[in-house]
Amino acid sequence: MKKTILQKLYITLIFIFLYAPITTLIVLSFNASKTRAKWGGFTLKWYGALFQNRDILQALFNTLLIALIASVVSTIIGTVACIAIMSLKKRSRAIVMGVTNIPMLNAEIVTGISLMLLFISFGLRFGLGTILLSHITFCIPYVILSVMPRMRQMNPYTYEAALDLGAGPVYGFFKVVFPDILPGVLSGFLMAFTMSLDDFIITHFTKGAGVDTLSTKIYTEVKKGIKPEMYALSTIIFLTVLVLLLFINRVPAEKDLKK
Amino acid sequence: MNKKALLKKKLLGTPYFIWSAIFILVPLGMVFYYGLTDRTGSFTLENVLAISTPEHAKALGIALLLSLIATLICLLLAYPLAMILCGQKNGRQSFIVLIFILPMWMNFLLRTLAWQTLLEKTGVINSILNFLHLPSLNIINTPYAIVLGMVYNFLPFMVLPIYNALSKIDGNVINAARDLGANPIQVFMKITLPLSIPGIISGITMVFIPALTTFVISKLLGGSKILLIGNVIEEEFTQASNWHLGSGLSIVLMLFIIVNMLLTAIFDKDGEGSFL
Amino acid sequence: MKKLLCFVLLPVFGLSLLTGCGKSSAENGEVIVYNWGEYIDPETLSLFEEETGIKVVYDEYDTNETMYPKVEAGASAYDVICPSDYMIQKMIDNDLLAEINLDNIPNIKNIGQQYLEQSKEFDPENKYSVPYCFGTVGILYNKTMVSDPIDSWAVLWDEQYADNILMQDSVRDAFMVALKLNGYSMNTLNEAELQAAKNSLIEQKPLVQAYVIDQVRDKMIGDEAAIGVIYSGEAIYTQRENENLEYVIPKEGTNVWIDSWVIPKNAPNKENAEKFIDFMCRGDIALKNFEYITYSTPNTAAQELIEDEDIKNSKIAFPDFSQYENLETFQYLGSDGDALYNSLWKEVKSE
Repeated sequence: MKKTILQKLYITLIFIFLYAPITTLIVLSFNASKTRAKWGGFTLKWYGALFQNRDILQALFNTLLIALIASVVSTIIGTVACIAIMSLKKRSRAIVMGVTNIPMLNAEIVTGISLMLLFISFGLRFGLGTILLSHITFCIPYVILSVMPRMRQMNPYTYEAALDLGAGPVYGFFKVVFPDILPGVLSGFLMAFTMSLDDFIITHFTKGAGVDTLSTKIYTEVKKGIKPEMYALSTIIFLTVLVLLLFINRVPAEKDLKK
Repeated sequence: MNKKALLKKKLLGTPYFIWSAIFILVPLGMVFYYGLTDRTGSFTLENVLAISTPEHAKALGIALLLSLIATLICLLLAYPLAMILCGQKNGRQSFIVLIFILPMWMNFLLRTLAWQTLLEKTGVINSILNFLHLPSLNIINTPYAIVLGMVYNFLPFMVLPIYNALSKIDGNVINAARDLGANPIQVFMKITLPLSIPGIISGITMVFIPALTTFVISKLLGGSKILLIGNVIEEEFTQASNWHLGSGLSIVLMLFIIVNMLLTAIFDKDGEGSFL
Repeated sequence: MKKLLCFVLLPVFGLSLLTGCGKSSAENGEVIVYNWGEYIDPETLSLFEEETGIKVVYDEYDTNETMYPKVEAGASAYDVICPSDYMIQKMIDNDLLAEINLDNIPNIKNIGQQYLEQSKEFDPENKYSVPYCFGTVGILYNKTMVSDPIDSWAVLWDEQYADNILMQDSVRDAFMVALKLNGYSMNTLNEAELQAAKNSLIEQKPLVQAYVIDQVRDKMIGDEAAIGVIYSGEAIYTQRENENLEYVIPKEGTNVWIDSWVIPKNAPNKENAEKFIDFMCRGDIALKNFEYITYSTPNTAAQELIEDEDIKNSKIAFPDFSQYENLETFQYLGSDGDALYNSLWKEVKSE
């Protein structure tokens, strides 16, 4: 069919657009020259060097740990908050949503410095904990922005019907509401995870000495040139996720078959 | 719905409300404090009014223009994409959606640097064009490269909410409309588009706002030759150490939350929604 | 949809298991070092830990200005920091630094006298800082892309190199170039001189390909531009990667900068900090660092240990300062001075 060919072509074009830089990074990880501007032949040495580098591996561990905890916590708080926001009156809802938008709108450096000042006034010790608090803060809005549209399209009466039929609020929520908003929750979770993974500036101002994430490592490396090990690590992360994705997709999901 | 249930629902929001009070409003208060005082700590409007100086006004103007263009391009690219994704079989859908978030797992700075490698005068794209004896592409260090960078980095933020909204539309409604004789254009204009507006609005917010405040993209792809309001604020904090002026200009940017809220209210005619 | 979750969680747990989390306890306490990114040979840190039993907690920053608020606010207490000249002066002015007890740093004898003299421009009695690296700012050019020999900042205003010029994207460095071109001091606060410099920069803007900081290196190596303003430490590195590149200190004079170790007032382990600084001043250690980061070392013992004659006699790494006039070091100009420079720079950038 003509239409599907057009569709495929369109997806392919966007696909190329999104993956051209990624391919570049992958190619750079095999570049024997230390600089990104010159091709010095094919090598695998950066992959070997990567696994010798305790600093990078520790940063990777921190990054993943922070991203995981921050995204789980912010998904829970955010989703629950959406339910509450839906039940608010129009005006108070507007205020809450306005506040929610603030962390996204503020220049990151403003958020970063003001959070730093806040933690100092609390007398908190800077370290993983302060990074987590700030990551949860800027992740929640992404969750709310993903869940709200789903929530709003949902028919409110199904939940009430469930309650009328004797379901408890928690049971009712998980049986009726949750399946409906699940795609929104998941995309919010993913978004939160990726945002946390990527953040540099806020992390920089809220981290303690000796605690590094990949982003803070990469930014300080810009001064002397990105180490090719970083390209190698990015490539590994990317391929791991891709392979997992392909693998999971091949295993036919029973749920889908039942449908 | 009875009042008790409503109250219970509201109570669910408590963790978030407390959280946002401490971690959003208090820091916001600090921004206002810095923005509305000078070095001696006395009240002044100078830092906010500084937006009207030619340099700042121009930086804001360019930032608005470029981020609006980038948002529009994102919308035009993302909408058909989201529709195509929704038309896929169930099992494939989530797979393809993930394919579009996957690039974000590579570090933002690395991705943007990679665009530099692609676009440069002696970069990958121009080497290919040269090889094919085609004229070279000279957009690095121009506004075009900045828009490209914005579209590239923020496109997923537009695709996801629209996809979410579209996949929520009941297929039966569309079938019913078809049965009643609506042509594809009518179906789109009367059903698909209106029902996806919440997603569009939230996509616009999620693209426009980061694009408006970005400074890394203009630095790396614009060669720092084009000053955006994000660059000005960032430099006030990092280079000039003038937190007062930086905060004052940030307050001006916050006016865009309000503009954003008003715009959303206009689109949100039936009053059932809020300011997404 | 559950599988989406698996998709995210699996790699996370997998990788966390791989990397693990190992923290060794130290016998003799720790020292918390805050340094520029990639500005030390990691091997020297391990050597220090082995020899002294002091654990090094290492942290990095990307600019003086992102370092400053963290130290000023006291978010984390650091023991040793490595800021640049004008920033050290600012920190002294704001009472953030502790005096270093030089009796605990016998190896300071290795630091060349001329560098300690130079340091007096920002640390008048050499009480607060011990030089770690130094360098100049100059012009890096590609021999195959320029026609005439280059010895002046004026080449950055030459129209035949339009769109082939890389300028520094930081206020003080950019103004340094323009002020020197016009024959003024780079620490001037004279309104008329600064206006002249600003006009020069505005005039130059159409010729500039990009304003960059760290990108000069990669862009010059990749033949993206013919001429760039660059730090001398980067010049040695770029020459290794692209032999057509040549570095020159312009005849109008330039900035001689110094990055020095300092100890903040609130340092929790001041003694260990002094041990660390002393260790870094050892000839063999300074040599290791020099070879790793290619920024010039003020350590004369290390300079003598260099085996490669080309590097040892390199005019880039160790220029004979007596041959040049109008060499200066940046000074902190106070918050009003900063504000003045910054507003002029904004006028240039928004042109």
